[in-house]
Amino acid sequence: MTVKPTILTGDIQDILDGLKHKPGALLPILHALQDHYGFIPSVSVPMIADALNISTADVQGVITFYHFFRTSRGGKTTIHICRAEACQSRGSRETETYIKQKLDIDFHQTTDDGAFSLEPVYCLGNCTCGPNLRVCDDIHARMSKERVDDLLTELGREAG
Amino acid sequence: MSSIKVYVPTDTTSVSLGADKVAAAIKQQAENNKVAVDIVRTSTRGMFWLEPLIEVETREGRIGYGPVEPHNVDALFTAGFLEGGDHPLRVGKVDDIPWLAEQQRRMFRRLGATRPTSLDDYHETGGLKGLEKAIHMVPQAIVDEIKTSGLRGRGGAGFPTGIKWQTVLDCSGSEKYIVCNADEGDSGTFADRLVMECDPYSLIEGMIIAGLAVGAEQGYIYLRCEYPRAHKILNQAIETAYAEKILGDSVLGKGKRFDLEVRLAAGAYVCGEETSLLESLEGKRGLVRAKPPLPAIEGLFGKPTIVNNVLSLTAVSDILATSGGEYQALGVGRSTGTMQFQLAGNIKRGGLVEVPFGISLEELLYDYGGGSASGRPIRAVQVGGPLGSYLTEAEFDTPMTYEEFTEIGAVLGHGGIVVFDDTVDMAQQARFAMEFCAAESCGKCTPCRIGSTRGVEVIDRIINNEDREQNIELLHDLCDTMDAASLCALGGMTSLPVRSAIQYFHIDFEKEPEVNP
Ligand SMILES: Cc1cc2nc3c(=O)[nH]c(=O)nc-3n(C[C@H](O)[C@H](O)[C@H](O)COP(=O)(O)O)c2cc1C
Ligand code: SF4
Repeated sequence: MTVKPTILTGDIQDILDGLKHKPGALLPILHALQDHYGFIPSVSVPMIADALNISTADVQGVITFYHFFRTSRGGKTTIHICRAEACQSRGSRETETYIKQKLDIDFHQTTDDGAFSLEPVYCLGNCTCGPNLRVCDDIHARMSKERVDDLLTELGREAG
Repeated sequence: MSSIKVYVPTDTTSVSLGADKVAAAIKQQAENNKVAVDIVRTSTRGMFWLEPLIEVETREGRIGYGPVEPHNVDALFTAGFLEGGDHPLRVGKVDDIPWLAEQQRRMFRRLGATRPTSLDDYHETGGLKGLEKAIHMVPQAIVDEIKTSGLRGRGGAGFPTGIKWQTVLDCSGSEKYIVCNADEGDSGTFADRLVMECDPYSLIEGMIIAGLAVGAEQGYIYLRCEYPRAHKILNQAIETAYAEKILGDSVLGKGKRFDLEVRLAAGAYVCGEETSLLESLEGKRGLVRAKPPLPAIEGLFGKPTIVNNVLSLTAVSDILATSGGEYQALGVGRSTGTMQFQLAGNIKRGGLVEVPFGISLEELLYDYGGGSASGRPIRAVQVGGPLGSYLTEAEFDTPMTYEEFTEIGAVLGHGGIVVFDDTVDMAQQARFAMEFCAAESCGKCTPCRIGSTRGVEVIDRIINNEDREQNIELLHDLCDTMDAASLCALGGMTSLPVRSAIQYFHIDFEKEPEVNP
């Protein structure tokens, strides 16, 4: 995983200046910030409000409405687990329980060593090959317990 | 000697099953063996149980091998697969596989055949024909062609596309928008993704035609952020379309402007609802708007807006390239054309089945699907996404049309079919439906926001055998309230999976509760 950069208001301003002229610019801005930092830094909120001429409450309201945006730094790797029906029909409930036990965290939490965060997701569109997980932009299919072990090992943490 | 063409797919599913590793292994082995191999990255055929399916160009046509894992590559070379040689993974001539050959693919006719972002491949396979025709037509004539086709929106509600377009065309003013709904939130659906990853120009073409039809110069594709690969491919295709003057200030050099941009969603299911989507595009929370005003009249930024599903717009390219009449002749009654059925979940041969409306679930589940993946009996099937009813074997012979499904209290929705075997606990599925509604409610209506949370609690009490009868009654009352007083289908249709689960699978609500040690 790449190390996320330190938060500099100059960088944030550059992102804002590049996007604020778009019609309906708020979501593109939030995506750009999260892409860059891995989350939406709190210092950016008043800056966004200022750039778009809306209130900080408006910005905050939008950030909290959408599941994808996060306001704190997560683990080095975030694992999104599909919880939707097609994956359920292929055993995702067991996979979900297994990963939670293995990492000893619940959804929206990060392991003590800061290696992994866990988030739910409702469908990754790979619905014939569940249970599915997403790590960065990669989708991992047919995630049995064995394949979860392999993946976690591959992601830099000894299974067990 | 000229090099041998080997086709390896690049879509999400194939890659999730190892297609990139297989491509690398073939390249390596070819180098070792000093044979000239040209690895062409195409897309999937939508036969997911065979992925990664690799195809070799031979004199007889493309011969397929699948599912291939990297460790099979050595043996494939030994078996002479580059000349179509025999091997246990050989599936024969791909175009002749009955699962594929018996479909009537129109929206998906390029699936697996072309390189997704190659405009040349698109053109050579009949792409841009519809647009080349439409650019010489007056707007009303384009709208009339769509009306003649009988095309109904593929996003779920099945609204006639031609009528929607007429409303936007009839609005005065020059600022209008074409919005493509690519939020594809229903579990068990991936057809929109397949179009965007495998044949992006067919969507782009459909959007430009829509722009010409109603006089709009700006389009947006609202794409769910769970589809990173579709995002990348769409952006590449759009860039090429600009460079080739298909998009921009003079479409095909004929002086009409159309601009197109992809906007990423942020993980809210309700933003697939068209007015919530528009709020989101405007940079707001995705609160559902009351209708009227219709988006066709007051849509994005208050301007007349077409909101159409990915496949509706893809079908438009096909209809203009052929004719509205030809399209209308397919299907049954007012369900015209072909439908994208997506066989998903616990199914042996899952994937994309495009056939005219009217096929039965029975045929889809057994003739195409081959039964469950686990080999156990199929017990329940959810059609039409998380707001669709659970069906049992008794309904499997129902013809799949909008009308027939309404008749049995079910929905076709976006065509997703999720299969469960006999290990499913339907009380848990009913609970999940309520849980999902609670998690995804936009919060505007109390019955949806609060009712769904209550619903989870009530179902938990039923599962735990606390005053079962009263709680089942209470659950029905709750469903009634949600049905009656919800602004959109999220609150208004969560009752479908819940009630159908109780009705058809009541024994799952009568079990001894599990005792936690
Ligand atoms: C909760 C909810 C979610 C929806 N999600 C989608 C979706 O993901 N994609 C889609 O095309 N339509 C979705 N719809 C339907 C849209 O509101 C709308 O009917 C559709 O985009 C219109 O396009 P069409 O006429 O081409 O189908 C959803 C509706 C509701 C109520
Ligand atoms: S039914 Fe639910 S999701 Fe739909 S508008 Fe009401 S609160 Fe929002």
